[in-house]
Amino acid sequence: MSLLIRNLINLDREQSFSEQSLLMAGQKLKQALLPILGLLGFLLMWSIAANNVTTSLGKFPGPGAVITQFDNLYQEHVSERDKELAFYERQHKRNADRIAKDPNYVPKVRAYTGKETFLDQILTSLKTVLSGFILAAIIAIPLGIAIGLSHTLNQAINPIIQVFKPVSPLAWLPLVTMLVSALYVSDDPFFSKSFVNSLITVTLCCVWPMVINTSVGVASINQDWVNVSQVLRLPALTHVRKIVLPASIPAIFTGMRMSLGIAWMVLIAAEMLAQNPGLGKFVWDEFQNGSSQSLSRIMAAVIVIGLIGFLLDRAMLQLQRWLSWDKASAKR
Amino acid sequence: MFQLSKTGSNKMIKRIGHAFSMVLTAFSFIVCTSIHAEELGYPEKEELTFGFIKLTDMAPIAIAYEKGFFEDEGLYVTIEAQANWKVLLDGVIDGRLDGAHMLAGQPIAATIGYGTKANIITPFSMDLNGNGITVSNEIWEQMKVNIPKQADGRPVHPIKADALKPIVEKFQDEGKPFNMGMVFPVSTHNYELRYWLAAGGIHPGFYAPHKGDTSGQIDAQALLSVTPPPQMPATLEAGTIYGYCVGEPWNQQAVFKGIGVPVVTDYEIWKDNPEKVFGITQEFSEKYPNTTIRLTRALIRAAEWLDANENGNRPEAVKILSDSRYVGADYEVIANSMTGTFEYEKGDKRAVPDFNVFFRYNATYPYYSDAIWYLTQMRRWGQISDDKPDSWYKDVAFKVYRPDIYQKAAQSLIDEKIMDASAFPDFTNEDGFRSPQTHFIDGIVYDGTKPNDYLKKFEIGLKAGEKI
Repeated sequence: MSLLIRNLINLDREQSFSEQSLLMAGQKLKQALLPILGLLGFLLMWSIAANNVTTSLGKFPGPGAVITQFDNLYQEHVSERDKELAFYERQHKRNADRIAKDPNYVPKVRAYTGKETFLDQILTSLKTVLSGFILAAIIAIPLGIAIGLSHTLNQAINPIIQVFKPVSPLAWLPLVTMLVSALYVSDDPFFSKSFVNSLITVTLCCVWPMVINTSVGVASINQDWVNVSQVLRLPALTHVRKIVLPASIPAIFTGMRMSLGIAWMVLIAAEMLAQNPGLGKFVWDEFQNGSSQSLSRIMAAVIVIGLIGFLLDRAMLQLQRWLSWDKASAKR
Repeated sequence: MFQLSKTGSNKMIKRIGHAFSMVLTAFSFIVCTSIHAEELGYPEKEELTFGFIKLTDMAPIAIAYEKGFFEDEGLYVTIEAQANWKVLLDGVIDGRLDGAHMLAGQPIAATIGYGTKANIITPFSMDLNGNGITVSNEIWEQMKVNIPKQADGRPVHPIKADALKPIVEKFQDEGKPFNMGMVFPVSTHNYELRYWLAAGGIHPGFYAPHKGDTSGQIDAQALLSVTPPPQMPATLEAGTIYGYCVGEPWNQQAVFKGIGVPVVTDYEIWKDNPEKVFGITQEFSEKYPNTTIRLTRALIRAAEWLDANENGNRPEAVKILSDSRYVGADYEVIANSMTGTFEYEKGDKRAVPDFNVFFRYNATYPYYSDAIWYLTQMRRWGQISDDKPDSWYKDVAFKVYRPDIYQKAAQSLIDEKIMDASAFPDFTNEDGFRSPQTHFIDGIVYDGTKPNDYLKKFEIGLKAGEKI
């Protein structure tokens, strides 16, 4: 009897197990299928809408036109690289000729003077945003920790942060540009001025969310841990390293993710306005060109900007998963 | 009578003296250069950045780059599009740019301190003509009624602003502002648009910089404001302005987009008018003399290439310009004006072989008289608040326009047998003043040696002794 019951239970369990696996598979399928369906629906709506909108630059580009542009942009990149090779060859020859005439001449190799392709612009933008973001992190995290630890400091600095936080990056830009051209003077600068402009603008805008989140995270550490630290009489630096930092990592990362998102948006706008090299300049140049290809090229850039923003966010999340003890906070 | 002839003869003697000294310097100069012809040294600065605005008349820079003329001189040039004329000028002044495609008025205005004060010079004039005035479709429909027709039903050209006057007056009666766009307060386009409007009896307004009023709309019937060239069509389409004056391809773009109709080209307002120049700082030309001569050489060769074989190279030039790093508009749009035709109303394509002149008629030689014309227009519209003697006009022109550098560059090209002496003005007899020019839309003759007399001839505009 008991055997029978046991068998029954087993059977029941097996059945439920297979049911469960089926359900899981279904859920996985759903998870994979739904985004694809959404994407297809979006593409369909896009092409229908694009077909019905006519601008003064011709029809609004549909998915097909944008894919063609991606190919074009890549081809341009390849042909530009060929031109670059030819440029260096000509230069070597010219240098050699000059040495033949003038043996004292020390040949110099000058950088390629051709245009930046779409791929170059993407790299420039990525470099700028990451440098600006890292600079912001170097400033913001220590500042945030200090503010979080000291109530006095918090009261002193908080109003400043609250006032600067909502300032649009584009309001900073003219000031930054003038300051950089006044202060950053050198004959052979290591970084170009336009890079420094973009970088500082990005930094100014993404410092605030990091400061606020870090300080809130530090201020709300579990009191028990602070007590433990006090009982052990940990020196201040060790207290920060062993207790404060690990405890506030989830909050710090939340701030960093917000900041990176802001940084990316700010950078594109700043590049557009200040004509600094990068994706923003690419979009603005194409708009200025007003050719029949312009809209589809801009659309291609928009998609790339979106994808990169998405990837940056995912990368930040992954980093948080590795570093944070609170795995739950990294799921959002 | 006696008094008159006396001053006349005095002037005559002065002019002869002036011409004689010119000839002397030119002569001694040629002797020097032929001795030192071999010695045009290597450029002091090899890596250069030049700025430009997306207009077809930047072509000499693009061609000098693409055809390797810069590299032939040992110059490694990066070419950068600029957002607007102000950004471009500031770039040259603060050294971010080594040189740039500039409005002819910019080096002059900078030198006399209208706007940003800086010593900008020009050794090379980039082109003649190349601009047009476009009005919106709605205004064109109203204008068309006032324009006489040819036998084939197309309007008679040139179209004068007389046809626009009733419309502007209607706007005034209704209390609505009649807004038009131009590209910069000291741009050729501003002066051309003003010239055309004033020739048709429409007052384009005065400037009064001594009172801090730089809007240029005092007493205006048509209100002019600044819009960057590439944004002109979009601004017209949005209805913010009813017409504009701009360089190519932005007039042809309006025809292609079906948002406006070009009514007149600047060739019809003033036949073979000087347009853009290549501007560098005086400091640059002194610090890097060889570089300055060499870049002028490259630009001269590029301009010659553009006009060679009776515009035979133009299709190739258009192909280069339509690249997104240069002008970037569609091939057909640029080709429309660059290859010797101009499309007015859709379908009304007419031959204008000299719409873009880059080299013939000594287009690249920086004539003092061209600089003085711009100064007269600055005075006419009040940008120069006070009366100035004729000698002042000449002094400014001598400071900004530098035919001496041009001559060195041209002479070395001739000596090296790269170009023929017949391609250039006769340097031994050239005094830098074009003979009196007659081809203006209102028939007024311009003599660059007598700017104040010229100003007296205009019905609308400031004259001697007047101040806003």
